[in-house]
Amino acid sequence: MSPTDPAAPATPGAGTPLLSVAGLRKSFGDHEVLRSIDLEVHRGQVVALIGPSGSGKTTVLRCLNGLETPDAGRVAVAPDLALDFGRPLRKRDRGALRDRSAMVFQHYNLFPHMTVLENVVEGPIRVQKRPRDVVVAEAERLLERVGLADKRDSHPFELSGGQAQRVGIVRALAMQPQVLLFDEPTSALDPELVGDVLTVIKELSDEGWTMVIVTHELAFAREVSDHVVFMDGGVVVESGPPAQVLGAPQQGRTQQFVRRLLNPF
Amino acid sequence: MDWDLVRSSLWPIVRGALTGTIPLSLASFALGLAIALVVALMRLSRIGLVSWVARVYVSLIRGTPLLVQLFVIFYGLPSVGITIDPWPSAILAFSLNVGGYAAEVIRAAIQSVPRGQWEAAHMIGMSHGLALRRVILPQAARVSVPPLSNTFISLVKDTSLASLILVTELFREAQQIAAFSQQFMTLYLEAAVVYWVVCLVLSSCQSVLERRLDRYVAH
Repeated sequence: MSPTDPAAPATPGAGTPLLSVAGLRKSFGDHEVLRSIDLEVHRGQVVALIGPSGSGKTTVLRCLNGLETPDAGRVAVAPDLALDFGRPLRKRDRGALRDRSAMVFQHYNLFPHMTVLENVVEGPIRVQKRPRDVVVAEAERLLERVGLADKRDSHPFELSGGQAQRVGIVRALAMQPQVLLFDEPTSALDPELVGDVLTVIKELSDEGWTMVIVTHELAFAREVSDHVVFMDGGVVVESGPPAQVLGAPQQGRTQQFVRRLLNPF
Repeated sequence: MDWDLVRSSLWPIVRGALTGTIPLSLASFALGLAIALVVALMRLSRIGLVSWVARVYVSLIRGTPLLVQLFVIFYGLPSVGITIDPWPSAILAFSLNVGGYAAEVIRAAIQSVPRGQWEAAHMIGMSHGLALRRVILPQAARVSVPPLSNTFISLVKDTSLASLILVTELFREAQQIAAFSQQFMTLYLEAAVVYWVVCLVLSSCQSVLERRLDRYVAH
Protein backbone atom coordinates (compact mmCIF):
# COMPACT_ATOMS: atom_id res chain seq x y z
CA MET A 1 0.00 0.00 0.00
CA SER A 2 1.65 3.17 -1.16
CA PRO A 3 0.73 6.28 -3.07
CA THR A 4 0.23 5.81 -6.78
CA ASP A 5 3.32 7.77 -7.72
CA PRO A 6 6.42 6.17 -6.25
CA ALA A 7 8.53 9.09 -7.43
CA ALA A 8 7.22 11.37 -4.69
CA PRO A 9 9.69 14.05 -3.66
CA ALA A 10 11.51 13.28 -0.43
CA THR A 11 10.60 16.61 1.11
CA PRO A 12 6.93 17.39 1.11
CA GLY A 13 6.26 20.99 0.32
CA ALA A 14 8.83 21.35 -2.44
CA GLY A 15 7.97 22.07 -6.08
CA THR A 16 4.53 22.45 -7.66
CA PRO A 17 1.64 21.53 -5.41
CA LEU A 18 -0.24 18.32 -6.24
CA LEU A 19 -3.53 19.97 -5.41
CA SER A 20 -4.22 23.66 -5.59
CA VAL A 21 -7.40 25.53 -4.90
CA ALA A 22 -7.86 29.21 -5.65
CA GLY A 23 -10.73 31.58 -5.01
CA LEU A 24 -13.24 28.83 -4.22
CA ARG A 25 -16.73 30.20 -3.55
CA LYS A 26 -19.94 28.41 -2.72
CA SER A 27 -23.36 29.60 -1.56
CA PHE A 28 -26.39 27.61 -0.51
CA GLY A 29 -29.27 29.97 -1.24
CA ASP A 30 -28.46 33.23 0.51
CA HIS A 31 -25.93 31.65 2.77
CA GLU A 32 -22.36 32.09 1.60
CA VAL A 33 -20.51 29.02 2.89
CA LEU A 34 -17.16 29.59 1.19
CA ARG A 35 -15.88 33.08 0.45
CA SER A 36 -12.78 32.67 -1.64
CA ILE A 37 -10.76 29.77 -0.28
CA ASP A 38 -7.13 29.22 -1.31
CA LEU A 39 -5.35 26.01 -0.48
CA GLU A 40 -2.25 24.16 -1.59
CA VAL A 41 -1.41 20.55 -0.90
CA HIS A 42 1.92 19.09 -1.93
CA ARG A 43 2.57 15.48 -2.75
CA GLY A 44 2.94 13.45 0.42
CA GLN A 45 1.67 16.28 2.57
CA VAL A 46 -1.05 15.93 5.20
CA VAL A 47 -3.23 18.99 5.58
CA ALA A 48 -5.65 19.27 8.50
CA LEU A 49 -8.72 21.49 8.07
CA ILE A 50 -9.99 22.64 11.43
CA GLY A 51 -12.58 25.16 12.54
CA PRO A 52 -15.97 25.47 14.24
CA SER A 53 -19.09 23.80 12.85
CA GLY A 54 -20.42 25.69 9.88
CA SER A 55 -17.04 27.15 9.05
CA GLY A 56 -17.16 25.54 5.59
CA LYS A 57 -14.37 23.01 6.02
CA THR A 58 -16.50 20.02 5.02
CA THR A 59 -17.80 21.93 2.00
CA VAL A 60 -14.22 22.49 0.82
CA LEU A 61 -13.63 18.75 1.02
CA ARG A 62 -16.85 17.97 -0.83
CA CYS A 63 -15.93 20.40 -3.61
CA LEU A 64 -12.63 18.54 -4.01
CA ASN A 65 -14.52 15.28 -4.65
CA GLY A 66 -17.13 16.82 -6.93
CA LEU A 67 -19.94 16.19 -4.44
CA GLU A 68 -20.59 19.93 -4.43
CA THR A 69 -20.06 22.22 -7.37
CA PRO A 70 -18.43 25.50 -6.39
CA ASP A 71 -19.93 28.72 -7.77
CA ALA A 72 -16.53 30.08 -8.68
CA GLY A 73 -12.84 29.38 -8.28
CA ARG A 74 -10.29 26.95 -9.61
CA VAL A 75 -9.14 23.49 -8.59
CA ALA A 76 -6.08 21.93 -10.14
CA VAL A 77 -4.59 18.49 -9.63
CA ALA A 78 -1.07 18.07 -11.02
CA PRO A 79 -0.07 17.38 -13.63
CA ASP A 80 -2.99 17.59 -16.01
CA LEU A 81 -6.30 18.57 -14.44
CA ALA A 82 -7.34 22.21 -14.14
CA LEU A 83 -10.96 23.13 -13.55
CA ASP A 84 -12.41 26.61 -13.61
CA PHE A 85 -15.77 26.69 -11.86
CA GLY A 86 -16.61 30.06 -13.34
CA ARG A 87 -17.74 28.05 -16.36
CA PRO A 88 -20.35 25.26 -16.35
CA LEU A 89 -18.78 22.02 -15.21
CA ARG A 90 -18.74 19.21 -17.74
CA LYS A 91 -19.54 15.65 -16.65
CA ARG A 92 -16.15 14.54 -17.86
CA ASP A 93 -14.40 17.08 -15.62
CA ARG A 94 -16.33 16.01 -12.56
CA GLY A 95 -15.41 12.42 -13.36
CA ALA A 96 -11.76 13.38 -13.70
CA LEU A 97 -11.84 15.11 -10.32
CA ARG A 98 -13.42 12.07 -8.67
CA ASP A 99 -10.86 9.86 -10.31
CA ARG A 100 -8.03 11.69 -8.58
CA SER A 101 -9.45 11.85 -5.08
CA ALA A 102 -11.26 9.44 -2.79
CA MET A 103 -13.26 10.30 0.26
CA VAL A 104 -13.74 8.74 3.68
CA PHE A 105 -17.08 9.82 5.11
CA GLN A 106 -18.00 10.75 8.65
CA HIS A 107 -20.82 8.18 8.68
CA TYR A 108 -18.82 5.61 6.63
CA ASN A 109 -21.61 5.31 3.99
CA LEU A 110 -20.73 1.68 3.33
CA PHE A 111 -23.13 -0.15 1.02
CA PRO A 112 -25.26 -2.22 3.43
CA HIS A 113 -26.33 -4.81 0.86
CA MET A 114 -22.77 -5.74 -0.04
CA THR A 115 -20.16 -7.64 1.93
CA VAL A 116 -17.01 -5.90 3.13
CA LEU A 117 -15.05 -7.23 0.17
CA GLU A 118 -17.76 -6.26 -2.32
CA ASN A 119 -17.80 -2.75 -0.88
CA VAL A 120 -14.09 -2.44 -1.53
CA VAL A 121 -13.94 -3.94 -5.03
CA GLU A 122 -17.12 -2.37 -6.43
CA GLY A 123 -15.48 0.84 -7.71
CA PRO A 124 -12.28 -0.70 -9.09
CA ILE A 125 -14.22 -3.44 -10.93
CA ARG A 126 -17.40 -1.68 -12.06
CA VAL A 127 -16.07 1.80 -12.68
CA GLN A 128 -12.34 1.47 -13.30
CA LYS A 129 -12.83 -1.86 -15.11
CA ARG A 130 -9.70 -3.36 -13.59
CA PRO A 131 -9.40 -7.17 -13.68
CA ARG A 132 -11.35 -8.83 -10.88
CA ASP A 133 -8.63 -11.19 -9.62
CA VAL A 134 -6.07 -8.39 -9.33
CA VAL A 135 -8.55 -6.11 -7.54
CA VAL A 136 -9.69 -8.81 -5.12
CA ALA A 137 -6.12 -9.75 -4.23
CA GLU A 138 -5.30 -6.09 -3.63
CA ALA A 139 -8.46 -5.61 -1.54
CA GLU A 140 -7.66 -8.64 0.60
CA ARG A 141 -4.18 -7.29 1.20
CA LEU A 142 -5.56 -3.88 2.21
CA LEU A 143 -8.13 -5.47 4.55
CA GLU A 144 -5.45 -7.58 6.16
CA ARG A 145 -3.35 -4.47 6.55
CA VAL A 146 -6.06 -2.74 8.66
CA GLY A 147 -6.73 -5.92 10.65
CA LEU A 148 -10.00 -6.87 8.98
CA ALA A 149 -9.04 -9.89 6.88
CA ASP A 150 -11.53 -12.05 8.81
CA LYS A 151 -14.38 -9.63 8.04
CA ARG A 152 -14.21 -9.85 4.26
CA ASP A 153 -17.51 -11.73 3.97
CA SER A 154 -19.34 -9.82 6.72
CA HIS A 155 -21.99 -7.23 6.02
CA PRO A 156 -21.56 -3.67 7.32
CA PHE A 157 -24.22 -4.09 10.05
CA GLU A 158 -22.02 -6.73 11.66
CA LEU A 159 -19.12 -4.30 12.10
CA SER A 160 -18.33 -1.91 14.93
CA GLY A 161 -18.00 1.76 14.02
CA GLY A 162 -14.23 1.54 14.10
CA GLN A 163 -14.21 -1.49 11.81
CA ALA A 164 -16.71 0.12 9.44
CA GLN A 165 -14.56 3.22 9.16
CA ARG A 166 -11.47 1.16 8.44
CA VAL A 167 -13.43 -0.52 5.62
CA GLY A 168 -14.33 3.00 4.46
CA ILE A 169 -10.63 3.83 4.34
CA VAL A 170 -9.80 0.63 2.45
CA ARG A 171 -12.60 1.36 -0.04
CA ALA A 172 -11.03 4.77 -0.69
CA LEU A 173 -7.51 3.31 -1.00
CA ALA A 174 -8.68 0.64 -3.47
CA MET A 175 -9.60 3.44 -5.89
CA GLN A 176 -5.87 4.30 -6.06
CA PRO A 177 -6.48 8.03 -5.74
CA GLN A 178 -3.82 10.72 -5.70
CA VAL A 179 -5.39 12.49 -2.75
CA LEU A 180 -7.27 10.99 0.19
CA LEU A 181 -10.01 13.13 1.69
CA PHE A 182 -11.23 12.48 5.24
CA ASP A 183 -14.43 14.12 6.45
CA GLU A 184 -14.32 14.01 10.26
CA PRO A 185 -13.46 10.32 10.12
CA THR A 186 -13.74 9.74 13.87
CA SER A 187 -16.65 12.00 14.87
CA ALA A 188 -19.25 9.24 14.71
CA LEU A 189 -17.15 6.76 16.69
CA ASP A 190 -17.31 5.76 20.33
CA PRO A 191 -14.25 7.23 22.07
CA GLU A 192 -12.58 3.86 22.64
CA LEU A 193 -12.72 3.09 18.89
CA VAL A 194 -11.16 6.35 17.71
CA GLY A 195 -7.60 5.12 18.29
CA ASP A 196 -7.78 2.26 15.76
CA VAL A 197 -8.87 4.57 12.97
CA LEU A 198 -6.35 7.30 13.82
CA THR A 199 -3.56 4.70 13.87
CA VAL A 200 -4.45 3.63 10.33
CA ILE A 201 -4.49 7.25 9.12
CA LYS A 202 -1.16 7.91 10.81
CA GLU A 203 0.36 4.88 9.06
CA LEU A 204 -0.94 6.09 5.71
CA SER A 205 0.71 9.45 6.26
CA ASP A 206 3.97 7.71 7.14
CA GLU A 207 3.74 5.83 3.85
CA GLY A 208 3.59 9.10 1.98
CA TRP A 209 -0.10 9.38 1.05
CA THR A 210 -1.34 12.85 0.30
CA MET A 211 -4.27 13.64 2.54
CA VAL A 212 -6.69 16.39 3.44
CA ILE A 213 -8.36 15.74 6.79
CA VAL A 214 -11.27 17.63 8.28
CA THR A 215 -11.05 16.90 11.99
CA HIS A 216 -11.91 17.99 15.49
CA GLU A 217 -9.08 15.94 16.99
CA LEU A 218 -6.53 18.68 17.57
CA ALA A 219 -4.00 16.39 19.23
CA PHE A 220 -4.18 14.11 16.21
CA ALA A 221 -3.97 17.01 13.76
CA ARG A 222 -0.88 18.17 15.57
CA GLU A 223 0.77 14.79 15.41
CA VAL A 224 -0.08 13.72 11.89
CA SER A 225 -0.36 16.88 9.79
CA ASP A 226 2.31 18.93 8.07
CA HIS A 227 0.06 21.89 7.64
CA VAL A 228 -2.98 23.11 9.56
CA VAL A 229 -5.65 25.36 8.05
CA PHE A 230 -8.04 27.08 10.44
CA MET A 231 -11.31 28.15 8.84
CA ASP A 232 -14.12 30.25 10.22
CA GLY A 233 -17.13 31.82 8.50
CA GLY A 234 -16.13 30.56 5.06
CA VAL A 235 -12.62 31.99 5.02
CA VAL A 236 -9.16 30.71 5.93
CA VAL A 237 -8.29 32.63 9.08
CA GLU A 238 -4.87 31.22 9.66
CA SER A 239 -2.67 28.47 8.28
CA GLY A 240 0.80 27.12 8.85
CA PRO A 241 2.72 24.34 10.56
CA PRO A 242 0.78 22.66 13.38
CA ALA A 243 3.14 23.86 16.08
CA GLN A 244 2.40 27.44 15.04
CA VAL A 245 -1.36 27.32 14.35
CA LEU A 246 -2.19 25.04 17.26
CA GLY A 247 0.68 25.96 19.61
CA ALA A 248 0.98 29.69 19.14
CA PRO A 249 -1.95 30.96 17.07
CA GLN A 250 -1.68 34.57 15.89
CA GLN A 251 -5.32 35.36 15.21
CA GLY A 252 -7.86 35.96 17.96
CA ARG A 253 -10.43 33.58 16.49
CA THR A 254 -7.89 30.76 16.23
CA GLN A 255 -6.71 31.34 19.80
CA GLN A 256 -10.29 31.18 21.04
CA PHE A 257 -11.08 28.01 19.08
CA VAL A 258 -7.94 26.18 20.11
CA ARG A 259 -8.35 27.19 23.74
CA ARG A 260 -11.96 26.02 23.82
CA LEU A 261 -11.15 22.62 22.29
CA LEU A 262 -8.19 22.05 24.60
CA ASN A 263 -10.03 23.21 27.76
CA PRO A 264 -13.73 22.65 27.22
CA PHE A 265 -14.62 23.63 30.79
CA MET B 1 -74.71 -26.61 1.06
CA ASP B 2 -74.65 -28.93 -1.93
CA TRP B 3 -71.34 -30.74 -1.41
CA ASP B 4 -71.62 -32.73 -4.62
CA LEU B 5 -71.82 -29.48 -6.51
CA VAL B 6 -68.86 -28.12 -4.58
CA ARG B 7 -66.84 -31.20 -5.47
CA SER B 8 -67.77 -31.19 -9.17
CA SER B 9 -67.27 -27.44 -9.58
CA LEU B 10 -63.96 -27.26 -7.72
CA TRP B 11 -61.80 -28.29 -10.64
CA PRO B 12 -63.28 -25.81 -13.15
CA ILE B 13 -62.82 -23.01 -10.64
CA VAL B 14 -59.26 -24.01 -9.73
CA ARG B 15 -58.54 -24.39 -13.43
CA GLY B 16 -59.86 -20.85 -13.89
CA ALA B 17 -57.34 -19.73 -11.26
CA LEU B 18 -54.47 -21.64 -12.85
CA THR B 19 -55.13 -20.67 -16.45
CA GLY B 20 -56.80 -17.29 -15.93
CA THR B 21 -56.35 -15.46 -12.62
CA ILE B 22 -52.74 -16.42 -11.90
CA PRO B 23 -51.17 -15.89 -15.35
CA LEU B 24 -53.17 -12.69 -15.78
CA SER B 25 -51.91 -11.41 -12.41
CA LEU B 26 -48.31 -12.40 -13.05
CA ALA B 27 -48.15 -10.88 -16.53
CA SER B 28 -49.87 -7.66 -15.45
CA PHE B 29 -47.70 -7.32 -12.37
CA ALA B 30 -44.44 -7.86 -14.24
CA LEU B 31 -45.39 -5.36 -16.91
CA GLY B 32 -46.82 -3.01 -14.27
CA LEU B 33 -43.56 -3.03 -12.31
CA ALA B 34 -41.61 -2.10 -15.43
CA ILE B 35 -44.01 0.79 -16.06
CA ALA B 36 -43.82 1.79 -12.40
CA LEU B 37 -40.02 1.94 -12.40
CA VAL B 38 -40.00 4.17 -15.47
CA VAL B 39 -42.74 6.40 -14.03
CA ALA B 40 -40.99 6.62 -10.63
CA LEU B 41 -37.74 7.70 -12.29
CA MET B 42 -39.62 10.21 -14.43
CA ARG B 43 -41.30 11.52 -11.29
CA LEU B 44 -37.87 12.06 -9.69
CA SER B 45 -36.47 13.71 -12.80
CA ARG B 46 -35.14 17.22 -12.48
CA ILE B 47 -36.76 18.09 -15.82
CA GLY B 48 -40.06 19.72 -14.93
CA LEU B 49 -42.07 18.46 -17.90
CA VAL B 50 -40.98 14.83 -17.44
CA SER B 51 -41.87 14.89 -13.76
CA TRP B 52 -45.21 16.55 -14.56
CA VAL B 53 -46.17 13.89 -17.12
CA ALA B 54 -45.48 11.20 -14.52
CA ARG B 55 -47.55 13.04 -11.91
CA VAL B 56 -50.52 13.38 -14.25
CA TYR B 57 -50.33 9.68 -15.13
CA VAL B 58 -50.33 8.62 -11.46
CA SER B 59 -53.16 11.02 -10.72
CA LEU B 60 -55.30 9.67 -13.60
CA ILE B 61 -54.74 6.05 -12.63
CA ARG B 62 -55.44 6.62 -8.96
CA GLY B 63 -58.33 8.98 -9.56
CA THR B 64 -60.42 6.72 -11.81
CA PRO B 65 -61.98 3.31 -11.08
CA LEU B 66 -60.16 0.28 -12.43
CA LEU B 67 -63.45 -0.94 -13.91
CA VAL B 68 -63.75 2.27 -15.91
CA GLN B 69 -60.14 1.92 -17.14
CA LEU B 70 -60.87 -1.64 -18.22
CA PHE B 71 -64.06 -0.64 -20.04
CA VAL B 72 -62.43 2.29 -21.81
CA ILE B 73 -59.81 -0.05 -23.20
CA PHE B 74 -62.09 -2.97 -24.14
CA TYR B 75 -65.40 -1.31 -25.02
CA GLY B 76 -64.29 2.27 -25.68
CA LEU B 77 -61.26 1.95 -27.95
CA PRO B 78 -63.09 0.00 -30.73
CA SER B 79 -65.16 3.12 -31.43
CA VAL B 80 -61.95 4.95 -32.38
CA GLY B 81 -60.86 2.01 -34.48
CA ILE B 82 -58.66 0.19 -31.98
CA THR B 83 -59.95 -3.26 -31.15
CA ILE B 84 -58.03 -5.32 -28.64
CA ASP B 85 -58.84 -8.91 -27.63
CA PRO B 86 -60.04 -9.63 -24.08
CA TRP B 87 -56.76 -11.00 -22.74
CA PRO B 88 -54.46 -8.24 -24.05
CA SER B 89 -57.06 -5.66 -22.98
CA ALA B 90 -57.09 -7.04 -19.46
CA ILE B 91 -53.28 -7.19 -19.23
CA LEU B 92 -53.01 -3.65 -20.59
CA ALA B 93 -55.54 -2.23 -18.16
CA PHE B 94 -54.17 -4.05 -15.13
CA SER B 95 -50.53 -3.27 -15.86
CA LEU B 96 -51.25 0.41 -16.44
CA ASN B 97 -53.12 0.40 -13.13
CA VAL B 98 -50.32 -1.36 -11.23
CA GLY B 99 -47.88 1.02 -12.90
CA GLY B 100 -49.60 4.02 -11.35
CA TYR B 101 -49.82 2.62 -7.83
CA ALA B 102 -46.43 0.94 -7.73
CA ALA B 103 -44.72 4.04 -9.14
CA GLU B 104 -45.44 5.89 -5.92
CA VAL B 105 -44.17 2.98 -3.84
CA ILE B 106 -40.94 2.79 -5.82
CA ARG B 107 -40.45 6.55 -5.75
CA ALA B 108 -40.82 6.60 -1.97
CA ALA B 109 -38.48 3.63 -1.63
CA ILE B 110 -35.81 5.30 -3.75
CA GLN B 111 -36.12 8.46 -1.69
CA SER B 112 -35.84 6.49 1.54
CA VAL B 113 -32.26 5.47 0.71
CA PRO B 114 -29.96 7.86 2.59
CA ARG B 115 -28.23 10.56 0.54
CA GLY B 116 -24.87 9.29 1.77
CA GLN B 117 -25.37 6.19 -0.37
CA TRP B 118 -25.58 8.31 -3.53
CA GLU B 119 -22.51 10.22 -2.39
CA ALA B 120 -20.50 7.09 -1.70
CA ALA B 121 -21.51 5.72 -5.11
CA HIS B 122 -20.47 8.95 -6.81
CA MET B 123 -17.25 9.02 -4.77
CA ILE B 124 -16.20 5.70 -6.32
CA GLY B 125 -16.89 7.24 -9.71
CA MET B 126 -20.30 5.79 -10.50
CA SER B 127 -22.59 7.57 -12.93
CA HIS B 128 -26.17 8.28 -11.92
CA GLY B 129 -27.45 5.18 -13.74
CA LEU B 130 -24.84 2.83 -12.34
CA ALA B 131 -25.37 4.18 -8.81
CA LEU B 132 -29.09 3.60 -9.19
CA ARG B 133 -28.66 0.06 -10.44
CA ARG B 134 -25.90 -1.15 -8.14
CA VAL B 135 -26.45 0.83 -4.95
CA ILE B 136 -29.85 2.50 -4.68
CA LEU B 137 -32.36 0.07 -6.23
CA PRO B 138 -31.14 -3.00 -4.32
CA GLN B 139 -31.73 -1.08 -1.09
CA ALA B 140 -35.03 0.38 -2.30
CA ALA B 141 -36.18 -3.14 -3.23
CA ARG B 142 -36.06 -4.25 0.38
CA VAL B 143 -38.19 -1.30 1.49
CA SER B 144 -40.76 -1.80 -1.25
CA VAL B 145 -41.48 -5.51 -0.78
CA PRO B 146 -44.31 -5.11 1.79
CA PRO B 147 -46.20 -2.35 -0.07
CA LEU B 148 -45.66 -4.02 -3.46
CA SER B 149 -46.97 -7.29 -2.04
CA ASN B 150 -50.11 -5.41 -1.08
CA THR B 151 -50.40 -4.12 -4.62
CA PHE B 152 -49.96 -7.63 -5.99
CA ILE B 153 -52.56 -9.16 -3.69
CA SER B 154 -55.04 -6.43 -4.61
CA LEU B 155 -54.32 -7.13 -8.25
CA VAL B 156 -55.04 -10.85 -7.89
CA LYS B 157 -58.49 -10.03 -6.54
CA ASP B 158 -59.08 -7.23 -9.04
CA THR B 159 -58.51 -9.60 -11.95
CA SER B 160 -62.06 -10.86 -11.21
CA LEU B 161 -63.15 -7.72 -13.07
CA ALA B 162 -61.75 -9.28 -16.24
CA SER B 163 -64.78 -11.59 -16.18
CA LEU B 164 -66.73 -8.54 -17.34
CA ILE B 165 -64.73 -8.36 -20.56
CA LEU B 166 -65.13 -12.06 -21.29
CA VAL B 167 -61.79 -13.33 -19.97
CA THR B 168 -62.23 -16.85 -18.64
CA GLU B 169 -60.76 -16.81 -15.16
CA LEU B 170 -61.65 -18.00 -11.69
CA PHE B 171 -64.67 -15.82 -11.11
CA ARG B 172 -66.17 -16.27 -14.56
CA GLU B 173 -66.02 -20.06 -14.15
CA ALA B 174 -67.87 -19.75 -10.85
CA GLN B 175 -70.42 -17.37 -12.36
CA GLN B 176 -71.20 -19.72 -15.22
CA ILE B 177 -71.69 -22.75 -12.98
CA ALA B 178 -73.77 -20.62 -10.62
CA ALA B 179 -76.04 -19.47 -13.41
CA PHE B 180 -76.46 -23.02 -14.64
CA SER B 181 -77.09 -24.60 -11.23
CA GLN B 182 -78.78 -21.60 -9.58
CA GLN B 183 -76.65 -22.29 -6.46
CA PHE B 184 -75.25 -18.75 -6.06
CA MET B 185 -74.25 -18.94 -2.40
CA THR B 186 -72.34 -22.19 -2.84
CA LEU B 187 -70.45 -21.13 -5.94
CA TYR B 188 -69.53 -17.62 -4.85
CA LEU B 189 -68.36 -18.81 -1.43
CA GLU B 190 -66.31 -21.43 -3.21
CA ALA B 191 -64.78 -18.78 -5.43
CA ALA B 192 -64.03 -16.68 -2.34
CA VAL B 193 -62.22 -19.60 -0.68
CA VAL B 194 -60.09 -20.23 -3.77
CA TYR B 195 -59.10 -16.53 -3.95
CA TRP B 196 -58.27 -16.64 -0.26
CA VAL B 197 -56.02 -19.70 -0.65
CA VAL B 198 -54.18 -18.07 -3.55
CA CYS B 199 -53.60 -14.95 -1.43
CA LEU B 200 -52.44 -17.02 1.55
CA VAL B 201 -49.81 -18.62 -0.67
CA LEU B 202 -48.75 -15.18 -1.89
CA SER B 203 -48.46 -13.84 1.66
CA SER B 204 -46.11 -16.65 2.60
CA CYS B 205 -44.04 -15.90 -0.53
CA GLN B 206 -43.80 -12.32 0.74
CA SER B 207 -42.44 -13.47 4.09
CA VAL B 208 -39.81 -15.63 2.40
CA LEU B 209 -38.77 -12.75 0.14
CA GLU B 210 -38.55 -10.34 3.06
CA ARG B 211 -36.40 -12.75 5.02
CA ARG B 212 -34.07 -13.23 2.06
CA LEU B 213 -33.70 -9.49 1.56
CA ASP B 214 -33.19 -8.99 5.31
CA ARG B 215 -29.91 -10.86 5.29
CA TYR B 216 -27.85 -7.72 5.36
CA VAL B 217 -29.93 -5.68 7.78
CA ALA B 218 -29.48 -5.56 11.54
CA HIS B 219 -32.35 -7.05 13.56
